[in-house]
Amino acid sequence: MKERVTLDHPKEKISKQHLTEEWVGKIYTWLCIIVLIVTIFSMVYFVASRGLTTFFRGVNVWEFISGLRWQPDAKPPIFGALPFIFGSFSTSIMAALIAAPLGFCAAIFMTEIMPKYGRRYLQPVIELLAGIPSVVYGFVGLSIIVPFLRDTFPGQGLGLAAGAIVLSIMILPTITTIATDALSALPGGLKEGSYALGATRWQTIYRIVLPTTFPALMTGVVLGISRAFGEALAVQMVIGNAPFLPRSLFDSTSTLTSVITLSMGNTVMNSPHNNALWSLALILMLMTFVFVFIVRWLERRTKI
Amino acid sequence: MSAKLANRIATVVIIAVAIFIVAILAGLLGYILVRGLGHVSWDFLTSVPQSIREGGGIGPQLFNSVFLLVLTLLITVPLGVGAGIYMSEYAKANRFTDFIRLVVEVLSSFPSIVVGLFGLLVLVHYFGLGYSLFAGALALTVFNLPLMVRITEQAIRAVPKEQKEASLALGLSRWKTITSIMLPIAMPNILTGTILASGRVFGEAAALLFTAGMSSPRLDFTNWNPFSSNSPLNPFRPAETLAVHIWKINSEGLAPDAAEIAAGASAVLVIVVLLFNFTARFIGGYIHRKFTASK
Amino acid sequence: MPNNGLYVRDLSVYYGKKQAVKEINLDFAAKEVTALIGPSGCGKSTFLRSLNRMNDLIGDARITGEIWIEDKNINDPSVDVVLLRQKIGMVWQRPNPFHKSIYENIAFGPRYHGIKNKKQLNEIVETSLRKAALWEETKDRLHQSALSLSGGQQQRLCIARSLAVKPKIILMDEPASALDPVSTAKIEELISELKQDYCIIIVTHNMHQAARISDKTAFFFMGELVEFDDTQKMFTNPSKKQTDDYISGRFG
Repeated sequence: MKERVTLDHPKEKISKQHLTEEWVGKIYTWLCIIVLIVTIFSMVYFVASRGLTTFFRGVNVWEFISGLRWQPDAKPPIFGALPFIFGSFSTSIMAALIAAPLGFCAAIFMTEIMPKYGRRYLQPVIELLAGIPSVVYGFVGLSIIVPFLRDTFPGQGLGLAAGAIVLSIMILPTITTIATDALSALPGGLKEGSYALGATRWQTIYRIVLPTTFPALMTGVVLGISRAFGEALAVQMVIGNAPFLPRSLFDSTSTLTSVITLSMGNTVMNSPHNNALWSLALILMLMTFVFVFIVRWLERRTKI
Repeated sequence: MSAKLANRIATVVIIAVAIFIVAILAGLLGYILVRGLGHVSWDFLTSVPQSIREGGGIGPQLFNSVFLLVLTLLITVPLGVGAGIYMSEYAKANRFTDFIRLVVEVLSSFPSIVVGLFGLLVLVHYFGLGYSLFAGALALTVFNLPLMVRITEQAIRAVPKEQKEASLALGLSRWKTITSIMLPIAMPNILTGTILASGRVFGEAAALLFTAGMSSPRLDFTNWNPFSSNSPLNPFRPAETLAVHIWKINSEGLAPDAAEIAAGASAVLVIVVLLFNFTARFIGGYIHRKFTASK
Repeated sequence: MPNNGLYVRDLSVYYGKKQAVKEINLDFAAKEVTALIGPSGCGKSTFLRSLNRMNDLIGDARITGEIWIEDKNINDPSVDVVLLRQKIGMVWQRPNPFHKSIYENIAFGPRYHGIKNKKQLNEIVETSLRKAALWEETKDRLHQSALSLSGGQQQRLCIARSLAVKPKIILMDEPASALDPVSTAKIEELISELKQDYCIIIVTHNMHQAARISDKTAFFFMGELVEFDDTQKMFTNPSKKQTDDYISGRFG
């Protein structure tokens, strides 16, 4: 009976110490999660409740969304947000149309053509582009792109085109990074099969690689559009800020974010104008949900 | 033959695009630095801005940016690391965890101007913080938290499973295992991520317009009592940061040298962001060398 | 009620729907080395990991059955896993020293368990390293990083680390499979010495190793325990054909 394995614990105080520790850990991490959840819920609640006030006070939702005139100082004030909604969608979609081909090319360069140079030079360049603050993009847009557009095309330079160009550079890193990840996650056998059949590299890329990774590539594009849609200052600095639908690419106009940026500081809380601005913020928030939803849908398709 | 030709054309186009992107960055940085650095001097970095006359500096703005970054990190890091630990170590594979992931994703896609508006409504008005550094730091926390959570979660997940098991097998509690074995190993990755996130926070302006405000009181840089209203350290004073300043002088600057000041301030902002990037890269490279050498 | 050693009764482990370990009954005696052998994926590692409830860490693992140590069923919900693990040491396939100094690797456990006295800690470090036959090689460099040691030394350090918290049972999961022959010989020698004080359960792929170091051998196949007997008998005259086939190298 000497050779017994036992589990006796002489020091009982230890047992309490580690139980306390486990509780500390659980409570602390839980509190952090609760902060996250409370934050998101209060954001949604406050933005929604302020944003809906406009509609509770007699403004028709459809008129708000489809109205072409935004005259907060008229008597009675008129709130038609279509120019801004159009501005936001057109700048961000155009930005994606410019950035997507560039980003895909950069991704193909980094994964298929010259991975070594790609990783050493192009990757850091993309990361730095992502790191440059948006006000700096706005400043550069204002001092290079706007004068260039003014000299080359009719108009003042400030406008839709300038906004789209600035945004395209800003969302290029998002699109490129996600495309690169998607392409490098592709199983090697897929490409080798195509090469073995005598296909050229380009045939392999556009017949096999691009179609297979399409949902993932689109994820990057949608994330890019989402980022462009929410970007405020850089766009505001170059778009001209006229509250009308633009007649051309080089015409001054506004976006949802640019109106909020410019006017929010000059309105009084609870005034009709202020409430209308919150309604624009509500549209921004709802679009965020839509973008997250689309991204999730695309990601699900990527896995299959 | 035409397939080969198409292949060659495509390759050339793709390489040209890659060069074009590098050229964009080079042009951007070159333009900002060439145009801005000429204006940057010790005097520019330390003196106060002028509203109508020329010769103004960016001293208070630079200080505000740094101070705001420190305040933000003090709030974000403990929260983000805690939530990240939860996600990697405590979260079970269930609906609730999926829900938190959705929350993090939504929070990270919120436009920063909307975060700023939320700050204006809740922090500035509702909690009566006014335009203040503290309100700004909280708004930036909302903006930065999701990123911090992801960084921590990934860093902790990257810790070898055997390290965790070795500690648990010695009879250590889970929490002690996390704090004294896993966190130290994950720390370099968390640090790298935090530095990159800091660059983002440092350059952020939209979330600050309506929280930290667009003005800075006359600061007395000899008064370091944080409760005094003109002390630089007072967290409840309004504080215009460098990024906000650039935006403001571009849209409503009246000083005759506004364009030069904007250029100089942009150059400073970009240099700081570059510094953050290079530091993160350096630490990342160091870790990579250390880990590959020990194996 | 069993009162001597470690008794496993009807132990099953499921990963999701898959049953990885099937109703195992096994008795382990103190001061003996028991080897668990079998082809990869036969459930022997999973079985080993359920003895100190390491499988708790795997989200979808479900464990049924009983494991008795003294008069406690360690699968009982009331058992404090942390306290249990203090009594059961574990050594892994790949050496996994903490990213700390040699000294800290060993002092880490005991210090956590309440030994703050510097002199006492020094003593524990020395005895543990001596028991693991590592003292002579490391006594002059205790404060260097554990990662500066060779693979074999790191593995012995990991054994020393588990000895420092004074376990009763030591679980080893192919402790020598990642090591060179010289280091392997040292580890085997060490195991033979440690068995004077501990109950050792070792998973191994290496038939010769099992024959050299163990007193008892258990042969696992497809999650089931095929045969369990004295090592000598198992390797000379197994009672099941499957065991014979595996030991003589006809499959696995």
